[in-house]
Amino acid sequence: MTTKSQALVNWIDERFPLTSSIKGHLTEYYAPKNFNFWYFFGSLALMVLVIQILTGIFLVMHYKPDGTLNAAGIPVAFASVEYIMREVPGGWLIRYLHSTGASAFFVVVYLHMFRGLLYGSYRKPRELIWIFGTLIFLVLMAEAFMGYLLPWGQMSFWGAQVIINLFSAIPFIGPDLALMIRGDFVIGDATLNRFFAFHVIAVPLILIGLVAAHIIALHEVGSNNPDGVEIKKKKDANGIPLDGIPFHPYYTVKDIVGVVGFLILFSAVVFFWPEGGGYFLEYNNFIPADPLTTPLHIAPVWYFTPFYSVLRAVTYPLFGIDAKFWGVVAMGASVVIIAFLPWLDRSPVKSIRYKGPIFKGALAVFIISFFILGYLGVLPPTPMRTLVAQICSVLYFAFFLAMPWYSKLDKCKPEPDRVNFK
Amino acid sequence: MTINVFKTLKRFAAALLFVPSLALAAGAAVHLDRAPVSNDPAALQHGAKLFVNYCMGCHSASFMRYNMLNGIGLNDQQIRDNLMFSGERVGDLMKISMRHNESKIWFGKTPPDLTLIARQRASGDGSGADWLYTYLRQFYRDDQRPTGWNNVVFANVGMPHVLWQLQGEQVAKVTDNPDGTKSFELSLASPGTMSADEFDKAIADLVSYLVWMGEPIAEKRKTIGVFVLIFLAGLFVLSYALKKNYWRDIH
Repeated sequence: MTTKSQALVNWIDERFPLTSSIKGHLTEYYAPKNFNFWYFFGSLALMVLVIQILTGIFLVMHYKPDGTLNAAGIPVAFASVEYIMREVPGGWLIRYLHSTGASAFFVVVYLHMFRGLLYGSYRKPRELIWIFGTLIFLVLMAEAFMGYLLPWGQMSFWGAQVIINLFSAIPFIGPDLALMIRGDFVIGDATLNRFFAFHVIAVPLILIGLVAAHIIALHEVGSNNPDGVEIKKKKDANGIPLDGIPFHPYYTVKDIVGVVGFLILFSAVVFFWPEGGGYFLEYNNFIPADPLTTPLHIAPVWYFTPFYSVLRAVTYPLFGIDAKFWGVVAMGASVVIIAFLPWLDRSPVKSIRYKGPIFKGALAVFIISFFILGYLGVLPPTPMRTLVAQICSVLYFAFFLAMPWYSKLDKCKPEPDRVNFK
Repeated sequence: MTINVFKTLKRFAAALLFVPSLALAAGAAVHLDRAPVSNDPAALQHGAKLFVNYCMGCHSASFMRYNMLNGIGLNDQQIRDNLMFSGERVGDLMKISMRHNESKIWFGKTPPDLTLIARQRASGDGSGADWLYTYLRQFYRDDQRPTGWNNVVFANVGMPHVLWQLQGEQVAKVTDNPDGTKSFELSLASPGTMSADEFDKAIADLVSYLVWMGEPIAEKRKTIGVFVLIFLAGLFVLSYALKKNYWRDIH
């Protein structure tokens, strides 16, 4: 570095922790050297967040949150999305990036969470990272739900209708709460405008704050790894973990490979399969919202379907309160329970590499139940499907609630002292 | 551990294999003919002509500008001479003079805007094009209906058979199936100005046009996509080489 630029850096460093932040988070942040495939999804989630924010900014320049009808009898909000798709130069690309990005966000976040399950990344001392992560997931669902109303298509409208009506099942406060969320007695312009405000300003701010907290907490305690051993326990004379390597340049160059690999798949969808077979952009959502025509079958977007299945699986009223309310409780619990994992897992080891057959079996059953719930959530219910959903819901919760016992019982292998590499 | 994760993954894969078959089983049992969708400019131009002459009496395409038809190989003058009849300008939206609130009273439902019809009509049963191709060819005479027409794919549809002079009049032999559904056997009672093959071809052109109109950028999108993927593939090789190089000294 030239003396002039060094002088500038010094000037800044006396006023702002520039060099120390770069060191602390990048060049002298030591990450385990044995990260595998599953460790790409954290950086990918961050990148998708950036894609969503950047494309979102440009969408807002042309989108109009207006539920009233234009001269042709089409809602202004719906027409403005088509205006973006057809008349704004490059608008179709921005919109497809954003709509595909929503699904991609959930794909990478689900895989990121699965990584945590595999290697016990939620265990002490990373409980707060995990709790922040669960909150991010929760806030992301709110963000996606509110964003889905904005194109003002049939699925936007009726999906929101179904979900907001769930709140009215809460005893005493329910109907007023639903009214407050809608801002009207029916979903309408007021709902659209407040969802727009939340989707574009409020929720992204919370999301970015939580992501920052998630990463700060991670860099405080250091990353877990596929062996689940703490690299900070074995350090060299300089206090550098023996199995640690500086995040930059080693993981920056590695994550670039992950990013480009992801972009290949992502672009394949954006350019060749933007509707995602009706799962990323639902066919019914090309029809403008019509409060007088209920679609035959209302299904939430694919990333909500496992939790939606849990909701529908509850069919028994309890304590004189409607089954719908207990369904809402079960759906909420199915997300919130994830936050308690750090205290439910009593296994002596973190990583699945050293866990015994009981945990491996439980995880496999859990994942399969999750997929089946997700699949059933797309379909209209039948008595048979409801029964399957009920069994899978029980298995879903059993994975968490029985964990304190089966994780203790399990026959684990001893953890190594150092990480396995190559 | 790897073995177990692979086992688990294998089981997901096996479970996922069943998804499409179950999805098919779940859909309503409507048979849709495969639409021979074409990108040939002549077919699209013929489809545009049919659309303007037969559909735009009642249906708008209000997200579509006349000069967007440049995309199917027509210049502004050709559009003005062949496809515009009532003094619009070539940059105008393809709107109609019928008001949506009045047509709702006349037909019971406002004839929908057709700009996106091919995207709207896609379902588990087939593409939007398949639905349109089947629907437009399966009108039949039904005295019970106010328009005198009914449709196999869209029972009790409010729209009359606008193309009957081309296709002729079909009648249906309806049989009730034991499971509550109905089977239809259509036959031509009086021929139209086109033969059956000519009519199918005309509908194929019209449907191709509707598909094109649903997303005029679609072809360009795919062309750009090829270049994007080639670029990313090159970038992948470079980034992988960079990673390999940096990681040489990590043991």
